[in-house]
Amino acid sequence: MAIEVRGVSKRFGDFAALSDVSLTIPGGSLTALLGPSGSGKSTLLRVIAGLERPDAGSVSIEGRDVTRAPARQRNVGFVFQHYAAFKHMTVRENVAFGLRVRKRPKAEIAKRVDELLALVHLTGWADRYPSQLSGGQRQRMALARALAVQPSVLLLDEPFGALDARVRAELRDWLRRLHERIHVTTVFVTHDQHEAMEVAEQIAVMREGRIEQVGAPAEVYDRPANEFVMGFVGPVTRLGERALRPHDLRLSREPVKGARQAIVERVVPLGFEVRVELRAEGGEGLSAQLTRSQAAALGVGEGDLVWVRAADEEATRRSGRGSDVSATPQASAASPTRG
Amino acid sequence: MSRLGLRAIALGYLAALLVAPVALIFYRAFEHGFGAAWSAVTTPDALHALQLTLLMVVVAVPLNTVFGVACALLLARRRFPGKALIDALIDLPFAVSPVVVGLALILVYGRTGWLGQALADNGIRVIFSTPGMIIATIFVSLPFVVREVVPVLEELGVEQEEAARTLGASQWQVLTRVTLPSIRWGVGYGVVLTTARAVGEFGAVAVVSGRLAGQTETLTLLVESRFERFDLVGAYAASVVLALISLAVLVGMTLIQRRKVA
Repeated sequence: MAIEVRGVSKRFGDFAALSDVSLTIPGGSLTALLGPSGSGKSTLLRVIAGLERPDAGSVSIEGRDVTRAPARQRNVGFVFQHYAAFKHMTVRENVAFGLRVRKRPKAEIAKRVDELLALVHLTGWADRYPSQLSGGQRQRMALARALAVQPSVLLLDEPFGALDARVRAELRDWLRRLHERIHVTTVFVTHDQHEAMEVAEQIAVMREGRIEQVGAPAEVYDRPANEFVMGFVGPVTRLGERALRPHDLRLSREPVKGARQAIVERVVPLGFEVRVELRAEGGEGLSAQLTRSQAAALGVGEGDLVWVRAADEEATRRSGRGSDVSATPQASAASPTRG
Repeated sequence: MSRLGLRAIALGYLAALLVAPVALIFYRAFEHGFGAAWSAVTTPDALHALQLTLLMVVVAVPLNTVFGVACALLLARRRFPGKALIDALIDLPFAVSPVVVGLALILVYGRTGWLGQALADNGIRVIFSTPGMIIATIFVSLPFVVREVVPVLEELGVEQEEAARTLGASQWQVLTRVTLPSIRWGVGYGVVLTTARAVGEFGAVAVVSGRLAGQTETLTLLVESRFERFDLVGAYAASVVLALISLAVLVGMTLIQRRKVA
């Protein structure tokens, strides 16, 4: 186990940032700490890095108890949301910093820095200052700087949060590929569930200073431990007492046993998918998500009457006739069934 | 239109209140030729005054710079009981009239003061002597570096320092390789202001010096005493020397910083 957090608590005045948090991060894994702002995810990362001292609990990295060790003795690489570039140093000097303070031989430093600059595609920018780089380039420089000291764990605090959408997507992809190449244990903090799903192998969902669930992306999405996790990792709609994903709703133009009647209020085309906003008999609003072809097959418009039920009730409650459209990913591959 | 108007007002204001008086001093100093001005600033008393003024700068500025940076780091980076008190005390020299500062020093170090007797018994003379003048100069020029550096540190934030720590830097390495280079502009400006104040201080130094020509007379005191004796060329010429010292510090500071940036 690369990182072992045991019973960590941290208060800032009256605010409990972390309450008895325990988390195990396997060596070589890529883990996301996911949660809304104020959930304690950044504090947990900073406790692991040694930038915050926990009030209680322990942290060990690669089997060594580092709870009392200062940040500089933990051999972690830390990447900040706003890059924390050393503004008075060139890109080369920034990347070399960790090696220089360790008093490594000059030739070794030069060689290692060149390798890293090539890795982050900044070779031609070595003698520029950070102010001459774009946001994406600065963050790649910060990554190279963190990797220069060959850290046993790489910690990233909302690393893509300050970048625009296109650069963010590019860097996510790049981080994923980098991790496949160098396999350093990596933990990153994000409030964006798409980012967590796309990049991480393991997700720890946090709320109010506690960890709600830890699991693989598919596990957290499909088998959320509670409604908070369900709501945070994806869209949720309610059908009566049940909370479920909008794409797990089935719509039908004809009456189905056990289904609820609803009026279509709005049909919103969202590119690949179509959101259908509905109002059920009781007056409650719900929303279903269909693929484009499903929506076309169903052919509903505003004011139409439909029958709604959950996908997993399909088998037992199927009626004899009626056009039937499923919105589950598995079913979407097949053409809509017709009786 | 209105922008041109504002510019004209700003320039006129500066010209009337700053440029004209200073230019006039230069003009008056050299009115009777360079030779007269030169001999006025090379009399033994004038040379001694210059020496004493430079001594004030050489002692007070480094001390206040080191103390100022340390104090600014404490105020901007640490939380501790009594912080608000220190913060308020730093401004005391701004709030108290320099003459009062001089009198207060006499109350502490004077012959009948708290420490006066003990110092006199050990043969140390503070008041009406160089040590007292240095203390007075340090006192009045103390806040500048702190007040220039604290906002720069707050603006800078702690992220670069934290990054340096995670990269393995010791506290000393963080200070010398990250923090100090990042605040050098603020420090430089503080040093310029401190020097200007140390060179130009009159009130506090006048009170504790006793104003003995050739012994405890700094350049500013010399200007005043010459002016009172209607030695106008002498007063103006000494003023020009004062102005040149400040200018030299300003230029020197700018050059040093430019070289570090390049």
